[in-house]
Amino acid sequence: MNLEAIKSEIEANVPGCRLELVANPSPSGQHSLRTGAEHAVAVAVYLRDAEDLRFDFCSNVTGIDWPSREVSQKVKVRKLVDGVEQEVEEVRKTALPGTLEVVYHLFSVEKKHGPISLRMSTIDRDANVHLPSLTPVWRSAELQEREIFDLFGVVFDGHPDLRRLLMWPDFTDHPMRRDYVDPDDYEYEPTAHDEVLRRAQQHRSEADEEHPGEAGER
Amino acid sequence: MDEKLKNELSKQGIFTTTLQNLYNWGRTNSIWPLNFGLACCAIEMIATTMARYDMARFGAEVFRPSPRQADLMIVAGTVTKKMAPLVVRLYNQMPEPKYVISMGACAISGGPFKQGYNVLKGIDRFIPVDIYIPGCPPRPEALLDAFMELQKKIDEQTLTGEKRPRHLNAGEPSEFVVPRYGAHDLEPTKNPNLWKAPLVQISQAGTDESGSH
Ligand code: SF4
Repeated sequence: MNLEAIKSEIEANVPGCRLELVANPSPSGQHSLRTGAEHAVAVAVYLRDAEDLRFDFCSNVTGIDWPSREVSQKVKVRKLVDGVEQEVEEVRKTALPGTLEVVYHLFSVEKKHGPISLRMSTIDRDANVHLPSLTPVWRSAELQEREIFDLFGVVFDGHPDLRRLLMWPDFTDHPMRRDYVDPDDYEYEPTAHDEVLRRAQQHRSEADEEHPGEAGER
Repeated sequence: MDEKLKNELSKQGIFTTTLQNLYNWGRTNSIWPLNFGLACCAIEMIATTMARYDMARFGAEVFRPSPRQADLMIVAGTVTKKMAPLVVRLYNQMPEPKYVISMGACAISGGPFKQGYNVLKGIDRFIPVDIYIPGCPPRPEALLDAFMELQKKIDEQTLTGEKRPRHLNAGEPSEFVVPRYGAHDLEPTKNPNLWKAPLVQISQAGTDESGSH
């Protein structure tokens, strides 16, 4: 499967659509296509229905949380240093706003090829978290989109039944986001480490204060 | 009553017993479990009831689909926070005397999912547990063993006196608080009258216990 070819084929057939090829530099080389939210449904329908592609099976949908971060890049610039023009390296920092990303893994049962990954991102992580649902295109995405809605907080427009899946309706957090703080119920941790150890020790010292002398040796 | 006299009488063809023995004998051999399972451990529980392990030998083959008819709750599997209020409510609906077996690492402490966001760290935070079976999952033999332990426990219960069980003591609670779904967690996160954090040594994973650190 040549992703370049698929990309230009889609761009030629879906009017106005521009895709981005996200290269994966690791040995697996699983590159993916990123689409804008406005064309996502058209792209998905094309991937499913085009004669030579026929991606008729969506095996997996998952979410990624990208908190806002800073990337530094080294760039060479020409500058006047002590009156002489020289090439110097500068570190440029760009702040990337946080986004939520959704990844679809597609296979073709009919043509026996795949997978390709289709990605799309929300504008930010707070107010603009809407993305078009691809459940109308691939029915198998229904529960997985619900799970992403529950755990990451992406709102899928056009989803037939968008409710929380693992947590209850009144729950307000999104546990798979990186800044999620889970509730403090670490009173008893027999083999704790790191963050959990810190919390367990804190609980322990509170208990010691309440009932001094009851605790064993630490 | 006096064991010698009892033996003597039975040789003469007179059978004697006490009300307590009769009562406990009946209860011990007709424990009806509640028909529900929560995760993988439930598969082992089902296996225990099937012909190979045959829980019917202990009078417990009648799994009741209604809490109103059940004596024993086998909490078999992961108790998610979403499920916990329902488990407590089912327990409250069971008539006394009632018993709980906490089966598997999950029901005891949260098990492999202990530090997950949606798993309760042990059902004993909300309902009183009589027997704990460790294992992930415990084998059917372990469940049978727990069952026999429970029978022993019931057999030793007295009808009167200080040590009488909860259902014969009007001062003891028979209903337990059902947690509500809160915005971030269950409210309350535990029943403080029932569960206190064990004050044991917190060991640090990866360091030895010899006190060298
Ligand atoms: S203790 Fe193990 S087998 Fe039992 S429910 Fe938990 S994970 Fe499954």
